[in-house]
Amino acid sequence: MSVAPGYYLALAGLMFSVGVVGALTRRNAIVIFMFIELMLNAINLIFVTFSRMWGHVDGQILVFFVLVVAAAEVVVGLAIILVISRRRGTANVDDVSLLKW
Amino acid sequence: MNLEYFVFGVMFVMALGASLAMLFARNAVHAALFLVVTQVALALGFLLQGAFFVAAVQIILYAGAIMVLFLFVIMLLGVDTREALIDPLPGQRPLAIGLGGLLAAEILWVAVRGVELAAGGEDQATALTELNQNPGNVKALAAELFSRYLLPFEATSVLLVVAIVGVMVLARRIGRVPNTGTGAESASGSDKEGAAA
Repeated sequence: MSVAPGYYLALAGLMFSVGVVGALTRRNAIVIFMFIELMLNAINLIFVTFSRMWGHVDGQILVFFVLVVAAAEVVVGLAIILVISRRRGTANVDDVSLLKW
Repeated sequence: MNLEYFVFGVMFVMALGASLAMLFARNAVHAALFLVVTQVALALGFLLQGAFFVAAVQIILYAGAIMVLFLFVIMLLGVDTREALIDPLPGQRPLAIGLGGLLAAEILWVAVRGVELAAGGEDQATALTELNQNPGNVKALAAELFSRYLLPFEATSVLLVVAIVGVMVLARRIGRVPNTGTGAESASGSDKEGAAA
């Protein structure tokens, strides 16, 4: 008798909520990216848990795709943050309102 | 089997504690280190559920490569940037915390109730352990990845190439391009930052 899948899903849900709150409340662009990573990690845990629940490896393969998308997103996002802070000298998301009406 | 519950408890406390600590960390470097702790704890959770290869990839790629990239950019931009505590949008912080709590409650309810409704979870759990023993975890993953998931797999490689090209275009210095106005500015700005660091 192993640990029930519901506990893993609960942990993943709590971590996802922490990620949402962090991404909404923090002001530093890099820290916001970290919280997005946290949300993606919680989703990975959900995929692995479902993979165990249904007894095949499809969920684990989806983890790889999430990982690749996360890596591409982080690389491009950090490059954008780098360029913005090079131009304007800040990584604060409130100061970058160029597209605001 | 009691040991599994113990390891799960340690994993639970580690993952949730580190992510909450991330929320309250004022320093970006501390937040990054807490994220590493969270990812190592999650790798432990993957191991507990028989996803051995994914656990290894999680440590190598997430805790290794991606977090090093994060720390690299933090150090490049300067660590001592204090976060502004002024809210330009009044009441956003309490609203975000309240809605986040609501979201957590909803997900918890679904995790507890929905899994009961889905049913048949425990019967299938042995199927994965058998799969891990007979062809092996990596072999089972590879057989699926290179047959049924071949097209998405190739699509991710295209995505990676696009990301690499995009990053190289973004991060390129525009000093040698004819419009020297912005180029000189950005060059002097980064020099100043380098001296400060």
